[in-house]
Amino acid sequence: MYVVFPYLVAGWSGFFVMAVELLGGRLMAPTFGSSIYVWGAIITVFMLALSLGYLAGGRWSLVRPSVARLGAILLVAAASVTPILAFGADALDTIALAVPDPRYGSLLAASALFFVPTFFSGMISPYAVRLLVRDRATSGRHAGQLYFVSTFGSAAGTLATSFYLVLILEVNHILLALVAVSFAIGIPACLTRRQVDE
Amino acid sequence: MSNKCPRLKGGAYEPATPRARRTALVGLAAWVLALFAVPLADAQANGRQLLHAERSLYREVLVYETDGVRCMCFTRNCRTGRQTCMEMRRPERIVMNYPRMMLGALYVHPEPRRILIVGLGGGTLPRVLEQLLPEARIDVVEIDPAVIRVAKSHFGFAESERVRVAAMDGRVFVKRAQRDGRRYDMVMLDAFDHEYIPEHLLTRDFLAEVRAVMTPDGVLVANTFSSSRLYDHESVTYAAVFDRFFNLKRENRVIIAPLGTLPSRAELAQASERFAAAFRTYGIDARELLRLFSTRRDWDERARVLTDQYSPANLLNRR
Repeated sequence: MYVVFPYLVAGWSGFFVMAVELLGGRLMAPTFGSSIYVWGAIITVFMLALSLGYLAGGRWSLVRPSVARLGAILLVAAASVTPILAFGADALDTIALAVPDPRYGSLLAASALFFVPTFFSGMISPYAVRLLVRDRATSGRHAGQLYFVSTFGSAAGTLATSFYLVLILEVNHILLALVAVSFAIGIPACLTRRQVDE
Repeated sequence: MSNKCPRLKGGAYEPATPRARRTALVGLAAWVLALFAVPLADAQANGRQLLHAERSLYREVLVYETDGVRCMCFTRNCRTGRQTCMEMRRPERIVMNYPRMMLGALYVHPEPRRILIVGLGGGTLPRVLEQLLPEARIDVVEIDPAVIRVAKSHFGFAESERVRVAAMDGRVFVKRAQRDGRRYDMVMLDAFDHEYIPEHLLTRDFLAEVRAVMTPDGVLVANTFSSSRLYDHESVTYAAVFDRFFNLKRENRVIIAPLGTLPSRAELAQASERFAAAFRTYGIDARELLRLFSTRRDWDERARVLTDQYSPANLLNRR
């Protein structure tokens, strides 16, 4: 479980991030339209949040790293999506009213909705690398395998969402399903007791 | 390290030899030429001339001319992607079918004073309506600034006291109009093409917003599709907001949905007589247009309504 969880969590997190990003375009279109600025804003916010998440995840891995804490990050990322379901549309309208410029309005709106879940998702990869790496000689291989799983998950999340899920489910139901899967993986990970050797 | 990467020397790339640089330059030049040559060669093969090509934020806007007919296209293969056409010797004549069909909305509301058009194209609709209705004020919203430029430079479109254009997303424009309390007697949706549907403009939520900016006797007219699985979904979505509407079908489909009750056949015929002479100038047969009006609900009523939460219009539009 010890090796499986870091890969599973990182792969799922990759899927989760890209699915949320694609649905982000859907959520913002009614208020901000689907002009190129909107996609520019969404991608900027996701990249920025991921980059800061990487930093934070690396930092946090220095102090008593464990699979349980990795699971906790996944749970926090999933939980921070739920306010979008409840308040997303109202928040978007409020922001559009306050900031009429289509570029800065959509940048602010994308930040408000997606920065927090994406930041926590970004923490996962460096944290998982810390759990996997045994020694310096094999560290590159472990990191490579983890990037593979995580980015492959992202590809799968993009394809599944844009080709199939939007054809079957409503946007909010897809988000709920994503949160449910995160909990199904995150909770058992959280219950894993063993500590990684310092 | 250095024996594995022979080009690395002292940590920096070796400068390219003059010959290599020349080859690169020639290659670049050939590539740039090819970019221009491909559409030109393609156009000449079909006896048509490429007058203008412009890559915008959203697409490539192309202007072709064949036998005195000038068209704006969004794809190199102009047959499927024709947005608008103009006959250069008789520029007043409307070449394509769908703008003629959309003018059928005048049978339902013959004297609109405020008109909103979503999607400019070559500007056929605002041009004709400005001439037909001397009282009308027309707002046009077009997402792509390049389309506005090309409509002005190649299709004789011009803004005026009565015709204004905004470069923004149609849905955002409608939301703002609603907030500002603006109301329209006629709303014309012409934002789709065969390649791509802006999905947020084909949902129950959007149509409800459009409804909110219409006057009580206002009319909505939409240029849409007549084939594919999307037909059923589109129909039930319009029916969810407007209940009953007229359906006009040719290669395109045009929906004409009044906010109030549907006018009777006699009322439509009366209005069509009123426009018969004027329509002839534009190459429209007013009676033929009248015959296209249908209220038959020829779709699957069980189809799922499109909403902001469920709007896979492009996926449903696959053949």
